[in-house]
Amino acid sequence: MSFLQNSLPYILAGISVGGQYALIAIGYTMVYGILRLINFAHGDVFMAAGMFMVFLSASLPLGAAIPLVLLLTVLLGFLIERAAYKPLRSAPRMSVMISAIGVSYLIQNCALYFTGGLAKVYPQLPWLSDTVTIFGAVTKRVTLVTPILTILLVVGLSLFIRYTKVGIAMRAVSKDFETARLMGIKVNSVISATFIIGSLLAAVGSLLYFTNYASVTPTSGGMPGLKCFVAAVFGGIGSIPGAVIGAFIIGIAENIIKGLGWTTFSVVFTFALLIIILLVKPTGLFGEKATDKV
Amino acid sequence: MKLKNEKKKDALCTLIAIAVMLVVLIVMELTMKSTSILFTVLKKGMIYALVAVSMNLLNGFTGLFSLGQAGFMLIGAYTYAIFSMPTAVKLGDTVYKYYDCAISLELGIFPALLLAGLFAAVFAALIGLPVLRLKSDYLAIATLGFAEIFRAFFQWDAMGPVTNGANVLRQYKDLTKVKIPFTNIPFPPTLFCFLVAGICIAIIVLLINSSYGRAFKAIRDDEIAAEAMGINLFKHKEMSFVISSFFAGISGALLAMFQYTVQAAQFKTAMTYEILLIVVIGGIGSVTGSCIASFLFIACNEWWLRFLDESSNNILGLNILRSGFRKVVFSIIIMIIVLFFSKGIMGEREFSWARARAFFRDPFGLVSRRKKPAVSEEVSGDA
Repeated sequence: MSFLQNSLPYILAGISVGGQYALIAIGYTMVYGILRLINFAHGDVFMAAGMFMVFLSASLPLGAAIPLVLLLTVLLGFLIERAAYKPLRSAPRMSVMISAIGVSYLIQNCALYFTGGLAKVYPQLPWLSDTVTIFGAVTKRVTLVTPILTILLVVGLSLFIRYTKVGIAMRAVSKDFETARLMGIKVNSVISATFIIGSLLAAVGSLLYFTNYASVTPTSGGMPGLKCFVAAVFGGIGSIPGAVIGAFIIGIAENIIKGLGWTTFSVVFTFALLIIILLVKPTGLFGEKATDKV
Repeated sequence: MKLKNEKKKDALCTLIAIAVMLVVLIVMELTMKSTSILFTVLKKGMIYALVAVSMNLLNGFTGLFSLGQAGFMLIGAYTYAIFSMPTAVKLGDTVYKYYDCAISLELGIFPALLLAGLFAAVFAALIGLPVLRLKSDYLAIATLGFAEIFRAFFQWDAMGPVTNGANVLRQYKDLTKVKIPFTNIPFPPTLFCFLVAGICIAIIVLLINSSYGRAFKAIRDDEIAAEAMGINLFKHKEMSFVISSFFAGISGALLAMFQYTVQAAQFKTAMTYEILLIVVIGGIGSVTGSCIASFLFIACNEWWLRFLDESSNNILGLNILRSGFRKVVFSIIIMIIVLFFSKGIMGEREFSWARARAFFRDPFGLVSRRKKPAVSEEVSGDA
């Protein structure tokens, strides 16, 4: 019982962080599935959502601020794609990646400018920030809400991709860009839709993530971003259930390692996982086999 | 025969240019105030030029998209700082306040610089074994990850006796401690940066022009074709990775010398991004491009765009200009370059005297615009 009581907070925290990672990882996996691009700016979009919340909640009631945060983040994701990735559609992959890094640099510098380099205190969300006690472990309610909300959103997204027209178009584009275009699919709108969904989920993820942490800084998107990309690779890039499972594994493992007192090595673990999975099973857990043509 | 003469003439021109540059530097250092912003830009620009060229060796010449440069600079900077710190300082508690320093060895500046490079190279060799089997964007993420791991590792509390944990390292031999050999006269610091970094860049250029360099380029252009021609892919990739990291380590050490203090927190992913952006602005695959771009980058960042950060420069009562605005403007300029001038300043070309002469005979192709399309347009300002 004492073992359970000691380790339960870490496992709970792990499941919660895993859910938040999952919401970000979906954005990575969908974009990579379609554009074969690591969207380096995605972690910063997630951070920007946190910043929007900080600034909007200062002047608006939460009921108005939260929808506005979601809207602004979606708009940001959409604009990034239109401005920085669309003009490079026929350029080599490396150029698009560099453009993504440039966008990330730009967003971080903008955040630095607007915050003056200070960590901004994240607002307390009523209900979500309340503390609850389960099996003797004290935690915030957000810890319990996150996994449920994540699973609901993922199921919703899966249904969306499976049954709606846009979803089918997305699958077609990720299978074969050129053929999809020949079949009359508006590739650009499909890509925009992907970025919109990814940014929306990242915004939800940021609401949950930063409720657990006290503050947002311009660089607080970087590390979660990288970890979520690793989660997406681990689950098999392009696969949504894969990304979710990968994110939960990374979140839980990270917190168990922290619980053992090896905080420094939680990052090491993430990247060790990346290298091992790429060497052993490059397609990830649920990835489809891709054949490279010479 | 004519070609050989041309080559000789060009080599002579290069030598004269280098000699003139060094003399100008010496004269400047003897006459101008050493705190002048110009010297800061020159020193830091040269240090960044070295690391940008080393990154270009990987990204531009070998086609390995690696994002670990800041990590190797970190290793270089720490190695240099730890080994060049006087033993008395290590034993006292001005620097190692919370730990007992485990390394009592004290080295001179050059052995410490060399060791900085070697340490970075050894780490690179170890990391390269698994990582270099990955392809393009996976390689980028994995190297980025390792750079972050280094940073976490160097700040780790258990490493405290060696790295001083997350605290600052200082009082090691910085640029002001360099002496002219066998005398006690201080060596001009800017000249020192130019000499060390210049020699390193020259070595990289020689490597690129050697048969190894041609093998690197073959790998970049087509891995499968290169392998079919009998190039050992892994061996050459590892070699390029190790050499690049060696010079990144040295430039990290120079950076440590330049800024008097070193802290692991400085070597963030953003630093790698900056170096990558320098390489892109200069032109991926051009050594001269990387050098020019790094001076431009540092000059803009530290000097020319400074006025954007001064709130006293605001007009019309707007409060737009304040700390940080410079970086916003700067990153917008970079995005414009990345999106619309993706070839950068030099593209894949190098500076050549022939093109420079052609430029002076016919600037911007004004004279012969109708006869043939301008060849020398992009060399313009730098020639």
